[in-house]
Amino acid sequence: MYKLLLCWRYLRTRWIALVCVASVMLGVATMIVVNAVMAGFSHEMQTRIHGILSDLVFESHSLSGFQDPKWHMDEIKRAAGGDIEGMTPTVAVPAMLSFQVRGQWLTRQVMFIGIDETTHSGVSDFGTYLQHPENRRQLSFSLRDGGYDTFDSQADGKAGENGPTRPAMEGAGWPHRRMRVAREKLWREKMGARGDAAGQPARPIDQQVDAVLAATTGDGSTPATANGSTADSSTPAKDTAASRDPFRAARPEEGDTMDPAKEQFTGIVPGIGLASFRDSDGVDRFLVLPGDDVKITFPTAGTPPKAVSDTFTIVDFYESKMSEYDSNFVFVPIAALQRMRGMVDPQTGIPSVNSIQIRLKPGADLNVVRDRLRKVFPAEMYAVSTWRDKQGPLLSAVDMEMAVLNILLFMIIAVAGFGILAIFFMIVVEKTRDIGILKSLGAGSAGIAGIFLGYGLFLGLVGAGVGLALGLAITWNINTIRAGVEWCTGQRVFDPSIYYFSKIPTIVNPFTVAWIIAGAVGIAVAASVLPALRAARLHPVEALRHD
Amino acid sequence: MTENGAILRTSEDAILRVCDVRKSYRSGGGMLEVLRGVDFTLEPGGFAAVIGQSGSGKSTLLHLMGLLDAPDSGEVHLQGTRIDNLPAARRDRLRNTAIGMVFQSYHLLPEFNALENVLAPLLVRHGVMEWMRVRASARERAQGLLERFGLGERLHHKPRQLSGGEMQRVAIARALVTQPSVLLADEPTGNLDEASGAGILDAICELNQRDGLSIVLVTHDAAIARRAARIVRLAAGRVADA
Repeated sequence: MYKLLLCWRYLRTRWIALVCVASVMLGVATMIVVNAVMAGFSHEMQTRIHGILSDLVFESHSLSGFQDPKWHMDEIKRAAGGDIEGMTPTVAVPAMLSFQVRGQWLTRQVMFIGIDETTHSGVSDFGTYLQHPENRRQLSFSLRDGGYDTFDSQADGKAGENGPTRPAMEGAGWPHRRMRVAREKLWREKMGARGDAAGQPARPIDQQVDAVLAATTGDGSTPATANGSTADSSTPAKDTAASRDPFRAARPEEGDTMDPAKEQFTGIVPGIGLASFRDSDGVDRFLVLPGDDVKITFPTAGTPPKAVSDTFTIVDFYESKMSEYDSNFVFVPIAALQRMRGMVDPQTGIPSVNSIQIRLKPGADLNVVRDRLRKVFPAEMYAVSTWRDKQGPLLSAVDMEMAVLNILLFMIIAVAGFGILAIFFMIVVEKTRDIGILKSLGAGSAGIAGIFLGYGLFLGLVGAGVGLALGLAITWNINTIRAGVEWCTGQRVFDPSIYYFSKIPTIVNPFTVAWIIAGAVGIAVAASVLPALRAARLHPVEALRHD
Repeated sequence: MTENGAILRTSEDAILRVCDVRKSYRSGGGMLEVLRGVDFTLEPGGFAAVIGQSGSGKSTLLHLMGLLDAPDSGEVHLQGTRIDNLPAARRDRLRNTAIGMVFQSYHLLPEFNALENVLAPLLVRHGVMEWMRVRASARERAQGLLERFGLGERLHHKPRQLSGGEMQRVAIARALVTQPSVLLADEPTGNLDEASGAGILDAICELNQRDGLSIVLVTHDAAIARRAARIVRLAAGRVADA
């Protein structure tokens, strides 16, 4: 009983011990906050990666892909048994995206991905990352007549509660396209008038760029013009040059009758990072909008590949919040890309694809299904990987980062442990006479050691308890604290333009918290072992004579 | 066994018996022999004063009798049982139950108030659950002892709030709360003024005379020693006369 009573009294009266409590508290709080933020980032990142990659990716090593995706999908279904929930073919090629901003052409290196608009959303979270509510329900590569979100629909809290952060999206879609066409028409007329006045024919910038592209790629074709809502509705080629070029022939013909104010080119969905940037006020500024036309240059499927260019109309933006994806991916209807790249067998009409995205049923083991497919499909021709395999280095790097960070942070608690050790030695010296008194009253060595071990346990528990409360309070209010720090320092602590997160994501894992607390309390007790042994070994007579 | 090989038999009527004890301490490079074969017996209800100059070994003898230290040789018997060679746990137990000790410097626990200091031996004895059971009776006994020594109004005062005389009375109450067989007092009036010292001495004498408690009192003051029934004089680690 005396051990408990003395521990409690020491805790209340030895203020220096509060230094130990404070260091344990800070260590525990820091570890909880850092782990929660890291777990939040990691989870957010994995969700995004998984959102775009589907569970399993079945792909060919060749850029030309493999023929007959339907046969492959049947074989995959047969090999994987009942674990498959959905599949969709994709074609992915590196490409160059060019668009005009205030008379200047900007060019970006992109990954041009052909997707099946009906099945792609079934194997990944692709649909949820689009900006038009209707496209989120069912993707269409047709330009919408307005209605695009003017706020970040994935941000926490009530949508648009702080006003629109994307005011430019207000008129996106057909209204923007019509306005742009009208403006260009005016401009062309003005330039034409000026050209005539100078005695030289005016040449629109589009045509100038096309001429440059044709000269560099050897493709003499002019950009195609769509007259329907999707690229599938192609029109037959008219000129002989086009009929000699199978890719050119497969594309719709640019006609004088195409009215950009009423018609669109093949629809594409670029990543939002390619078309916008976030300013210091948190407002997204757009270089192009849904309704604008862009040019994309990409390789054909032949050997050696040839570069071909075409004009496309932006119909929506893709925002996975993964900077790497959002500033790299451009989605297009797979049939259009297959046709443009010459991936459709002219005799049989059977297309080729680069890869098949596979979604497994809930609870299915990714690695087991992957290994099953690897046995059936030769590794020389096909690569089968899980989404984790695809992002292995990144995920390993994050895991490694978390492990190293935890080790470093645990050092803080270890330092607190040394603090406890030093302070306890001091307290043992200070309390030597009390130890002698207790021994003269019949307290055993184990009991004396128990006082200091119990004291260490108390300090650890109190420090860890307060640290837990502090850590959780900081974690749950981290965005308010961030705003406060930003307000005080005038510096941006967390730049949403890098992560596209409006808030710092946090996840408190109870298992991790339990480990942190157990570790902190364990260190506090371990640090008190040596002082406790020293106290236990004190000779009662010498202790009583201690000044 | 004694030096001449005769077996010392503890008589039934001796409550405390010390037989030929020797004790040396390491001092500097050599050994300092403090006790050089001391024999001492205290009868039940006896009151013996051990007197001697500083360094004569009287406090060491008291520590050996109180099991705070172990002799290099010789034996210590309590109520007919040899106690100096018992395992540590049993020695701790005996210190807690059978021996009451009072020191010159009071040796109260500064974190505890007067009542808690008196209860300290019982707190040491009992575990949490057992304490809950005996707490009320223990408090009653401790309070009674403090009231007996005139400290009924000072129960909840910390040692720093008490005078020297009051602290020593608390220390005596603490020594008595376990109802020990013998009370060992080491210069109990050494740090007190004359009036307080006289009061403490009166209280100790009363314990012997009224309660029949066996007492060994160590002092260097012959006047105080004369209050005891028997005086044992130590000189150079030996009993000079008895």
